[in-house]
Amino acid sequence: MTVIQVEDLHKHYGEVRAVDGLSFAVAPGEVYALLGENGAGKSTAVEILEGYRVPTSGRVTVLGADPSSAGRAFRDRVGIVLQSSGVEAEFSVREVIDLYGGCYRNPRPLDEVVEMVGLGEKVDARVGSLSGGQRRRVDLALGIVGRPELLFLDEPTTGFDPSARRRSWDLVEALGDDGTTVLLTTHYLDEAEHLADRVGVLSRGRLIAEGTPEQLINEVSGTVVSFMLPDSVRPDDAAATFGDLLGVSIRLSGRLVEASIEHPTAAVHRITGWALDAGVELQSLSVSRVSLEDVYLTLTDGVADVSGAHEEQP
Amino acid sequence: MSGFPSTLSLVVAQTRYQLLTFARIPVSVFFTLGLPLVMLVLFNALFGDGTFEMADGGEMSAQQFYTGGLAAFTAVSATFTNLANMLPIRRDEGVLKRWRGTPLPTWIYLAGFVVSAVLIAVVGVILMLTLGVVVYDLEIEPAKMPAAVVTFLVGVAAFASLGMALAAVVKSASSASAAANAIILPLAFVSNIFIQVDNAPAWITTIGDIFPLKHFAEAFQDCFTPFVAAPAFDWPSLGYVALWGVAGLLVALKFFTWEPSGSSPRGRRSRRSATAAAAD
Repeated sequence: MTVIQVEDLHKHYGEVRAVDGLSFAVAPGEVYALLGENGAGKSTAVEILEGYRVPTSGRVTVLGADPSSAGRAFRDRVGIVLQSSGVEAEFSVREVIDLYGGCYRNPRPLDEVVEMVGLGEKVDARVGSLSGGQRRRVDLALGIVGRPELLFLDEPTTGFDPSARRRSWDLVEALGDDGTTVLLTTHYLDEAEHLADRVGVLSRGRLIAEGTPEQLINEVSGTVVSFMLPDSVRPDDAAATFGDLLGVSIRLSGRLVEASIEHPTAAVHRITGWALDAGVELQSLSVSRVSLEDVYLTLTDGVADVSGAHEEQP
Repeated sequence: MSGFPSTLSLVVAQTRYQLLTFARIPVSVFFTLGLPLVMLVLFNALFGDGTFEMADGGEMSAQQFYTGGLAAFTAVSATFTNLANMLPIRRDEGVLKRWRGTPLPTWIYLAGFVVSAVLIAVVGVILMLTLGVVVYDLEIEPAKMPAAVVTFLVGVAAFASLGMALAAVVKSASSASAAANAIILPLAFVSNIFIQVDNAPAWITTIGDIFPLKHFAEAFQDCFTPFVAAPAFDWPSLGYVALWGVAGLLVALKFFTWEPSGSSPRGRRSRRSATAAAAD
């Protein structure tokens, strides 16, 4: 039994394929993150699962129902935090939670909701007077007030300061521990790494990788060696010079040279040997474990190449 | 598991919430309830001593004329103008979309809007008539009150539908507000509300005859003038107003959207960029 089942989902707007053959499944109690840059199709996919948009083709089942035609009982079981949607600015936090909560079969009590999202001090403040981050917490509050079995979080922490972000993470973790299934979209890799049981990497409307954060990290071979490009090497020559030395292709972003290396000991030995011979200091030299960000960059680089080739043969 | 709250309690909660919203936006309170009263006082101070010749040869005092007409205008402001203003604002804010994701049936959300608008219209009309009776010799004849109530209900229902229709057709909040006022204010001038236009050029009379405002205003005025005998039902006018209301409802049902105007052209925008990309 899965909570979300998506098979070969397509959503096209004219020529543009916002979602282009997406398939994935989310099990009960799982926190699943759809990770992708802006325009990757995350929000379109999630809004189809929420029932706001009708797919062009493909099969979507959420809590055993087709969300585009599911009714009140379905809405009672899901909580939705949209990427951007307003709340009545003329009302206090208390009033909107009561108002929205009053539509559910079994709403959470007000005190519990404000405690969970950390709005206790603002409960009698008008929504219109809150900061952006506080309003986002109102969004979260309205998403969880109905005790959802499945919670959709579309970029829930965008615009949060670091401490608010941590608190939201704690909330999502607590909900996950309680057995709530969470579908999260984010473009923050640390957020996906921190929260998600499984991550689906979305690019150009389809999944290009899927797995636990650890699996994804392990898939891209182990270690990242990085350092600042020495002044003695021109950026144009960087790929040739260091690619040969390290034995793998490098990424150059600004002056930062990065390479993912399976067995870094010998490579580091060669690069430091080269630096000693050339008499240059390798600034910010580091050897670190791959992060989800490196995985993401590696994966999406590949996709851009593949689809670039694809476009040339219409 | 317990069941959903009853439909009645949800409609009551939604109506209360819309009334509170209204009360907390001073601008809407002033324009909907205050301004017509100010107009009543001003028009009576300026023109209240005059009389109007009726089409049937009788004479009507300006005081009797203004109260009934402005009461009808208040009812239209509270329904048509109010809904055409507020619904697109809520839509652009994304509030409509948020409600759509809750288990509240969407019709109950809209019912809260409409019922609250009708209640505001009731308050506005009662205020207006009270001022008319107390200050401007308006006569309330009990035998005509059933007609007044029925006319009021047909009018607010029709103008609420038309307000929803405008909100459905005009997507952005700022345009909808402008459109509502651009429609209703000129129409009020040719619909026997601010001035009596029986001797006006034919085209003005024709415009007034086409749109429902004049029919509603006259039917409502009839319930408060001594020249029309009880029970004062003006069925042809009521039928005509109701027809407009039904047309409005059909337009609203056909074109109403819940998504903010910024997000619905998403498809169009993507298509444009796709065309641009194809042209490259």
